Formats: sequence, C-alpha cells, structure tokens
Amino acid sequence: MYNANKVIPGIIIFILFFTIPIWLNFGRLEAIPKPELPKKEKKCIESKEYMRAYHMKLLDDWRKKAIRENKYIYTASDGKKYFISLQRTCFKCHNDTEKFCDKCHNFVITHPDCWDCHIAPEVAKKWQ
Amino acid sequence: MAIKRRDFLKLTGLTLVGTAASAAVGDLLTRGEAKAEEEYASPPEALKGKRWAMVIDVKKCKKGKEKGCNEKCIEACHYLHNVPSIPDKKKEIKWIWEDEFEHAFPEQTNEYLEEIFKDIPFLFLCNHCDNPPCVRVCPTKATFKNEEGIVMMDFHRCIGCRFCMAACPYGARSFNWVDPRPYIEKVNPEYPTRTKGVVEKCLFCYERLAKGKMPACVEACPEKALIFGDLADENSEVSKILRERVAIRRKAELGTGPAVFYLID
Repeated sequence: MYNANKVIPGIIIFILFFTIPIWLNFGRLEAIPKPELPKKEKKCIESKEYMRAYHMKLLDDWRKKAIRENKYIYTASDGKKYFISLQRTCFKCHNDTEKFCDKCHNFVITHPDCWDCHIAPEVAKKWQ
Repeated sequence: MAIKRRDFLKLTGLTLVGTAASAAVGDLLTRGEAKAEEEYASPPEALKGKRWAMVIDVKKCKKGKEKGCNEKCIEACHYLHNVPSIPDKKKEIKWIWEDEFEHAFPEQTNEYLEEIFKDIPFLFLCNHCDNPPCVRVCPTKATFKNEEGIVMMDFHRCIGCRFCMAACPYGARSFNWVDPRPYIEKVNPEYPTRTKGVVEKCLFCYERLAKGKMPACVEACPEKALIFGDLADENSEVSKILRERVAIRRKAELGTGPAVFYLID
C-alpha cells in the first residue's frame, strides 16, 4: 500500500471525528427522557411496548377508521372497548401533554403538530 | 480479476434465492403488526342512516325568533365545534348562519316570493349534496362523502388549497386565514379547533351521531324548526314531511342534490 503512514492515521482521525458525539456522551444517562405517567390508571390501551413503538400508527389507524368508516369503537387485545377519540379518550388519563408527550418528542427532536388543533388538557384548563 | 461464467451464474442464483427468502421473512415479521378488521366497530348506540338530511321549517323559525330564541342553533353549534367569531367579515368562519331569502335563492324568479319571505329568517349550512362538487375537486381527499351521506372532512389532510371553496355553490365553507384560537371565547375541550390554513364547514355533527345524539342545532332549537333524519328510510320524519309539504332546496338546478330542505308552505 502506498503512503500507508499517512492514509491509516487519516482514516483513524476521520473515524474519531465522526464518532465525537458517542465519546462526549459516553456513560452519561441524564438526558434520557422520563415522561410522567398517569397516576390513576396503570394500563394503557395496549401493552407498554406496543404503545411505545406504535402509538402514532394506532392514532393514525383510529383516525382513518373513525372518520372514513364510521367505526368509533376500538377493541384492544385484552378485549376492552374504547371510544376512538384523542381528546375524549386518551386525555382522560394523559392529562398533561407537556409532561408526557413532549418529554420524548423533544428528546428525539420530532415536533408533530397535534396541539395546533387538538386542545391539550392543560391548555383547556387555562382557557376556561 | 476476471470472473468465470460458471461463478457468475452461481452468484446470480444465490442472489435470487436470497431476495426471495428475505421477502418471505419480512412478510412473517410484519404479519403480527397487521391488525384484524374486527378490532374496529361502530358503536351500538350510534344513529345510523343511509342519507342524512335536514328539513328547516322557516315559519317556525320566524316564530322562534319573535319569541327571542337568540339563534340558539348557531350558538350551540359554534360552541360545540369551537368555531371562532372573527369580527372581520372577510375572515369569518361559519358552520351555520342566517341570511335573507333573496341572497340564497337567486334562481327563484318570482319576485313576489321575495315579498313573502322578506321577514323570514333562513338558516344556511352545508347542504351535504348527493353529488358534492367540493369532493370532486379536493386534491387530497380531505373532504369526501361518507357512507351515511355526510360530506365529511378530515382536517389532517387539508392542505388549504381552497378548491372546495371555489367549487361549493353555497358558500358553506370557510377558510382559516388566521389562527382561530384567540377568537374562541368559550372552548369545548371535547372537540378540536382548527388551525391556520385549513378549510372547515358543518359536518352534520358526525361525532354526536356516533354517540346516538341528534345534531346540536336540531337539539338546541326551542321551536323544533329543524328536523333531522334519514331520507333513505321511508318512515323517517323527514321523509314523511317532504311527502306532505312543499319544500325548496338551494340551487337544486345545478344537479348537486342538496340535502337541506326549506319548508315554505
């Protein structure tokens, strides 16, 4: 290999430079978001893992079924039935979007515009 | 390094097998996610219809107004659906509103009718047409006709192009030129607001029908001047009334098939 004494250190410097965020944050855990879970209810509509991974997909399916097909009742995998509505069902337990939704969404820098139209419970409280 | 033909063919075969296998595995992995249809159902208490329609008895409406009903229908609707009251007429949002006969029925050429209906208030709302021009022009399917005859809107999909407003011959649609929230005094936390850049209109209270309730304006009217029901059902109140009494519709000659009828006898 020609110029190995320049190329190999070059590659090492390049890799180090691109992995700077990993080294700078190595072992630090304080940034992990801790959303405040509802106090009165212990179980969400589906399992914790499912909700974590697919809550947006579930909401999207809910919207399509309710608005397009007039199917307003969702039967969860445990057989419990829920009326499809973000403000009338989800917000009954999750009553503060800032302390719940925004915690993770800010962490991963995704800003869905749900609350431009759907009235967040804490906003509704202040409004009246 | 030259590759031998034999090796090349072997590799090609292997790639094909690999692609097929990964597709099959992918299918197996995602199968668990696909939700069965039975998980969604319509509520048992929901009012069900094939062609929802409204009949407005304008004389009863006049009587109510004389008694001072204070346009309870408009108030109830606009409160429940968080419709803002924007003072600037160019930016106003309306789901149900009142106007004069001569402004809304330009095709009625009998000028004496205008005289007859001079003092009679006419309520206007989306006509939920059989053949809605707004649905035809919507490029995103944000507005569509549902199986119960309601011209629905999925506000999430509205891109604010306003083709539907140009297409609607009844002026039933309003565009949010500004953020509506500062103009909503009393908020209903059970229903969303809209946002700047979205078109909105009356949706025949689909969310109340799903709960087995009549539309808000029908329920709020103290004179029972608004009658709501299923035109497809021969025995419904609206069908019976329309068989017995004289009703007109707005601009029916355009072929849109409006489903809001005005009793004029």
